[in-house]
Amino acid sequence: MANFHTDALANSGNGTAHAKQEGAKSANTRGVAKIKAESVNVFYGENQAIKNVSVDIDERQVTAFIGPSGCGKSTFLRCINRMNDVIESCRIEGRILIDDNDIYAKGVDPVILRSHIGMVFQKPNPFPKSIYENVAYGPKIHGRTRNKSELDSVVEQSLRRAGLWDEVKDRLAQPGTGLSGGQQQRLCIARAIAVDPEVILMDEPCSALDPIATARVEELIDELRQNFTIVIVTHSMQQAARVSQKTAFFHLGHLVEEGPTDRIFTNPEDKRTQDYITGRFG
Amino acid sequence: MSDPHIVSSFDDELKYLIRRVSEMGGIAERMGGDAIAALVNSDAGMAQRVISEDIVLDEAERDINERSILVIAKRQPMAHDLREIMGSIRIAADLERVGDLAKNIAKRVVAVEGSGQPKKLVRGLEHLAELALTQLKEVLDAYSTRSTAMASSVRQRDEEIDAMYTSLFRELLTYMMEDPRNISACTHLLFCAKNIERIGDHATNIAETVYYMATGAQLLGERPKVDETPSVTAAGK
Ligand SMILES: Nc1ncnc2c1ncn2[C@@H]1O[C@H](COP(=O)(O)OP(=O)(O)OP(=O)(O)O)[C@@H](O)[C@H]1O
Ligand SMILES: [Mg+2]
Repeated sequence: MANFHTDALANSGNGTAHAKQEGAKSANTRGVAKIKAESVNVFYGENQAIKNVSVDIDERQVTAFIGPSGCGKSTFLRCINRMNDVIESCRIEGRILIDDNDIYAKGVDPVILRSHIGMVFQKPNPFPKSIYENVAYGPKIHGRTRNKSELDSVVEQSLRRAGLWDEVKDRLAQPGTGLSGGQQQRLCIARAIAVDPEVILMDEPCSALDPIATARVEELIDELRQNFTIVIVTHSMQQAARVSQKTAFFHLGHLVEEGPTDRIFTNPEDKRTQDYITGRFG
Repeated sequence: MSDPHIVSSFDDELKYLIRRVSEMGGIAERMGGDAIAALVNSDAGMAQRVISEDIVLDEAERDINERSILVIAKRQPMAHDLREIMGSIRIAADLERVGDLAKNIAKRVVAVEGSGQPKKLVRGLEHLAELALTQLKEVLDAYSTRSTAMASSVRQRDEEIDAMYTSLFRELLTYMMEDPRNISACTHLLFCAKNIERIGDHATNIAETVYYMATGAQLLGERPKVDETPSVTAAGK
């Protein structure tokens, strides 16, 4: 499926049904790489932030990126939906394939790409619009719904799945920026899932959330992985251990170790991984 | 051990657990040795001391469990830190059982003495106990040095104890058949032998735990476990 070229725009019209169908088709192909990174290097000017990283990210699994602050987790995550394109000094080498399509190939439209690859950022960033519009925006511009009542139901469903509905159902017309930090983050999650993306990238989605809201997001992640491929950056080892099936440990721009989450947290191979997850001086 | 934690009180908590487990090991070892000595020398006073010492091990095990749970709740340990704590809980449980077994032997000292002690058999028991207590001592050394080699070799040697236990069992059976007046004493000795053999099993358990703590992997291969006693009958000799 994933064809992110400009002329594919018409194709993505029947969004929701389309994505669901895709899901059903490959349900029996476990451990298939949805995303393949091949020898990726990322530079900010002279400074190299990602050093020759190759990794396969499995379809319909949650992959956690962990590592000390500044090791390049967010940078690498942003490569997957070409979010780095907007950073002036940023240069990327290597290839990233989604469903075997090179997302950096000529003719790929980053806007279409991003409608298939949703992202939740480290800091909540609602649009300066109403709560309703924040969620409705994506489905509307990508033509994912046919009428107002369909759109209403997508908005409600998305807010419910993000665990925010009960708190905002009576104030949908108020600005999203008027919500608390944790509520804003859940609004951004609702916005990301409203377009039914194939891949969801989450950069520390719970760093501003209380334990209850965090538990809701984790429950949501578990539910979403039935159909979507999820990559989550987290500083909480416990969260990575709880929500992910695979874990990748980054250190100073290198991918040091990746493997089944169960193994990484009980018996990591590399001393740097061990020191990091057990809270030791490296 | 590995590098220190960034939070140094976490290191203190782990060190505390290691110290408590080592202490328990020392007490369990001594209780085992004293129980056998009391049996061999018909020393009722020593037997009584062993019996009263058991409470110290019970208390230590409780303390280790409570502290471990607190560390898990507070630190949410990962990888070898988590294995370290789980290992402490398991080893403490094994050592507490060793204490119970020693106490059980000590309780039989008076009964065996009163029924006319067959010296030769007690000697056999003493030898079995030497093997089991050596196993216990070595596995405690393996624990304090985190030696996987030592842990593996302890586990390997459990076979010897089992073999000797089986032959002692046969011997006791023969005595009982020879003269029914031996039955009472021999039955007590039989239970003592079984208890000693069980101490050996706990040493083997600890060996497996130590190996797991150090490597995160289970000791592979069939555990040498041949208890043939059920098949040993009077007719079989
Ligand atoms: N826009 C940018 N311009 C220049 N350098 C950047 C930019 N963004 C990140 N970097 C640099 O790239 C490196 C990796 O940063 P990145 O944000 O990917 O780290 P991170 O692993 O996400 O850290 P954190 O856990 O703190 O979010 C850092 O050295 C950082 O200073
Ligand atoms: Mg980051």
